[in-house]
Amino acid sequence: SEKMQRRQSSKTPKQPLQGHHENQTDLSAWRKGGRIDPGKSVQNIQSPNDQKNDSKQDSLEQALSYFAKVQDRVSLKNNSVLQKHLTTVESIALQRGLPPEGFDVLLNVALSGKLADTVNTRLLKSLVPASVIPETSVISSVSWLCVSKCSGNIQLLFLRWLITVFDFIDRKEQLHALYGFFFSFLQDEKMCPYVCHLLYLLTRKESVKPFRIRRLLDLQAKMGMQSHLQALLSLYKLFCPELVTITLPGKMKTYFKSSEGPWKAAINTVRRRNQENSLVSQPLFLGTAQPQSRKRKWNTQLIIPASSTNKNNLEENREKNHVDLYSTSESFPVEQLQTFPQLLQNIHCLEFPSQMGSVLTNPLLLHYMNCIKDESVYLRLYYWMGQTLQEECTWCVADNNQYEEEFKDFLETVYKTECFLQEGFSSCEEFLYKSLPLWDGFCCRSQILKLVSWIPLSSSSEMKSHLYDPLAQLFFTSSLYFKCSVLETLKELLQNWLNWHMIHLDSEFESEVYSLNTTLSGLVNVVAELIHFVGWISTVALRLENNATFLLYFILDFYETVCDMYLRYNLPLLIMPPAGVFYPALLSMDSVSLNQLCYIMYRYRTNLVAAKENELSKKKTLQFKFSSQIYQEYNQYIIAMVGCLWTSRAFQKDIHPQGLRMDDELLKKTAVQEFRTSFNIVYHPAMMGYAVLFLQQAWPDDTTFDLSLIKRDKAMSNWYLEYLYAQGLKGLKVFIESSINRVSQAS
Amino acid sequence: MESVEGAARTLPSIGRLSRGPPFGRAQGRFGLSPSGRLLPPAPRSQENVDPQQTAFLLRKQWTLYSVTPLYRFSGARLRDYGRLLGAFIAAEKQKGLAVEVGVELDIKVAVSSLPDLRGSDQDQAAVLVQLSSRSSASRKNSEEKLLWSGWFCCVSGDDLSERVPEDFTCLPLFLANGAESYTSIVGSWFQKTFDCCFRRLAISPLNLSWMAAMWTGCKVDKTASALELVFSVPSLPQPLDILYAIHPEDAKDLWDTVQKTPGEITQEEVDVFMDCLYSHFHRHFKIRLSATKLVKVSTAIASAHCDGFIKFLQSQYLTGVLMLLTELAISQIQ
Repeated sequence: SEKMQRRQSSKTPKQPLQGHHENQTDLSAWRKGGRIDPGKSVQNIQSPNDQKNDSKQDSLEQALSYFAKVQDRVSLKNNSVLQKHLTTVESIALQRGLPPEGFDVLLNVALSGKLADTVNTRLLKSLVPASVIPETSVISSVSWLCVSKCSGNIQLLFLRWLITVFDFIDRKEQLHALYGFFFSFLQDEKMCPYVCHLLYLLTRKESVKPFRIRRLLDLQAKMGMQSHLQALLSLYKLFCPELVTITLPGKMKTYFKSSEGPWKAAINTVRRRNQENSLVSQPLFLGTAQPQSRKRKWNTQLIIPASSTNKNNLEENREKNHVDLYSTSESFPVEQLQTFPQLLQNIHCLEFPSQMGSVLTNPLLLHYMNCIKDESVYLRLYYWMGQTLQEECTWCVADNNQYEEEFKDFLETVYKTECFLQEGFSSCEEFLYKSLPLWDGFCCRSQILKLVSWIPLSSSSEMKSHLYDPLAQLFFTSSLYFKCSVLETLKELLQNWLNWHMIHLDSEFESEVYSLNTTLSGLVNVVAELIHFVGWISTVALRLENNATFLLYFILDFYETVCDMYLRYNLPLLIMPPAGVFYPALLSMDSVSLNQLCYIMYRYRTNLVAAKENELSKKKTLQFKFSSQIYQEYNQYIIAMVGCLWTSRAFQKDIHPQGLRMDDELLKKTAVQEFRTSFNIVYHPAMMGYAVLFLQQAWPDDTTFDLSLIKRDKAMSNWYLEYLYAQGLKGLKVFIESSINRVSQAS
Repeated sequence: MESVEGAARTLPSIGRLSRGPPFGRAQGRFGLSPSGRLLPPAPRSQENVDPQQTAFLLRKQWTLYSVTPLYRFSGARLRDYGRLLGAFIAAEKQKGLAVEVGVELDIKVAVSSLPDLRGSDQDQAAVLVQLSSRSSASRKNSEEKLLWSGWFCCVSGDDLSERVPEDFTCLPLFLANGAESYTSIVGSWFQKTFDCCFRRLAISPLNLSWMAAMWTGCKVDKTASALELVFSVPSLPQPLDILYAIHPEDAKDLWDTVQKTPGEITQEEVDVFMDCLYSHFHRHFKIRLSATKLVKVSTAIASAHCDGFIKFLQSQYLTGVLMLLTELAISQIQ
């Protein structure tokens, strides 16, 4: 092995120069005995290094398939093919490590005794894992060991290899099942120390059996006090002190000889090189004080702590018990809390776990948390969550980007908890405010947007600079899909706020949390600001995206909540959509948007009428009254809509400054005949398709397609309307039934 | 009594409609530095701080952490904590080093109080944790070897301590010296027991320049050592550091011309001070230090590294430096 190491060290200085700039080996691209997906190499822009990589990969595959097929004893001396493949395996193994698939082939050939021991030794020494070693390949090698096809030296080398790479084996269940086989190797005097070491690694409590202890004691009697036997015995004693009664010497410096062999150095080199390569691809972080992640140090993984009883308190209570007889009622340990009935029975004596973070994964404790009003509970959670979010954020902390999946899961858990509790965490809110300005809008997108929807209401100056400004920047510069996701998120945010308002309006501690004078007006202002913000970004987005129907759907969906705030959520606030949203929807080519708009306008009407009635009847002393402006805006829009859908007078009657009003002179230039009767529910671009289909059904033989027939008399019109309603245009139905008749009666 | 107070504190301010911390919305919430700072109080008179008692804190490199308030921590139970922590360490050590099964581990844990290390009476007394070993050879001599030490402290942390309920103890700054494996075990135990969070506390270049200016202005009795600034040049394939050493008296003279109000320092003054140093350097070496990153500041008072390391050199300025570090720790946990 010494010779081997010398050879390695002479190689090391050369190889980093070659390997330094290579991309990390894509392990998933390895195919045993096959070629690499050609699509993959086409996609990559090939640098000379990549090509070198590919050719290396090819030669390793060739070598592996050679060793898979090799027959009987081939001598190394006269066989240049074997020499070539052996060298390939060695050099790649020491440079980059072997892919999982390689181990099966190489172990099989090395332990089968087909080749000379020199070759087998070299093969075994090359078994440096790039990532993991499949358990199956280890299992099959143990079966080769049992049939003893290979020499004693190879067996020993294999055992030493197995001990060194033990942690790289992907699973160990089946290996544990072979415990008895390994144990039987103990009788081989040469193998005994290594087998002891291996058993030491494998031993579990259930492996300790009286007959095994007897066997070990027999061996000890035969071979004398051997440190490796003692090690195993002391481990057995640890697991089953009642079975091992002998006394063992207290302290032993080293139980096992180092069996690191030739592999340890190579494994470290491979690992270091792979890490270096992955560092190259990492983006450079701007900013001067980039906090270093504490990853790979202590506190490493993002772990939500498990629920466990606060021992500190228990201890305290026990001390108190001496003095205070009343506090003897024992608290119910959270570990035992499994069912909802248990929660109900013990709710008076339940204590929160020692680490509040653990409630995130424990629905029962979340129930409990929901019903007690202890601020320290929220404070503990606040600190833990705030620190964890900042520490693990993948775009705020350097080197964290490799842990994105972990972070996503965490954000998802936090979001689910917020949904469960129906309230946002302020630590989350602060995290969003800190991190949104740095966010690329891509990383953990859906999780971040979900968390945005749970931002609690707060004073408006903060919302603008911390939420709306960064969100608007991303919104305007991102894809249509992102825009829709943001709108969806803001709709949920609005709904969460409104629900919150509803719940607290009803609840008894209204006066406590919610002193009407200040906070209701505060709430109204904050909600109004959100709606104005959405109105603004929607107007701009519709222009940027050429009034895309998909986008319009999400915008109108938002207004479906807005138009009903007074009646559904008891909030004295109604805001009309801006003209930049209303007119694109009114003139949409798509019946879905028009139908949605009709429904929204119908709900606005219902809400406004109800508000007016309340105001008139003065049943309540109203602190809030809708200004006349909202009625005025509504009326302007309704005139435009009725003009477009019914009277064909939109061009004449529309009085909105950004509306459709046009001079007759201008309309004449369009060369549309009878322009005064040519824009209504029949000719509207979103409706024309229905009109044509209606005509075909009404007069199957008619080929003139004279759409004016539809509007000729009232019966015909009604028939057409019924036809439209039957097509599912329910919004249109409620709109026409509520608004048109009234307007036509009035006019 | 407790709950009444809690309720009073949590009345939401306008529009504050979620349950959460009843604080943390004050200025400086997102880690912005204040535009001005008061100088650390003149070296505290010797009646309060006994230099002997804190001498062991000097000339050691401490790794900085911020710690969120400890839940249900009691300064009266330090001995118990030492016992529990000792048991925890023994258990952890056994888990990690299965080879040494059955051997009694000779790590002694002492948790004690450092009552002098605080800025005001509102501050919690600092807490010192020491791990020492008694190897079997030296057991007879009862000689102990210090393996690791760490301490929690709070110097003028009123910003935080005034805002948390009674159940919580504010010791936002933690300093550790010794093997990180011990820091890990001790930190985990505190996290589990007092539901707090440890985070490495990095020092931004902006705050390092504050330290350079503040410490330059401090009087030191003996022949003072130079003001040393280390800069690293970003975006180079090989790391390149620039060491800039200034004679302490020159630095002090410069600072005295910059500083206007005695006892108070503003961000502007710090900027002017650093800009003067930069332009001097540029005149001689044609290198613009403003384009590099300040990574380390050493003076006769203390030396600080951006990765969150500090070395105290003067016991009379210990609390002054700790006050600034406490402020940084608090801004990291809020």
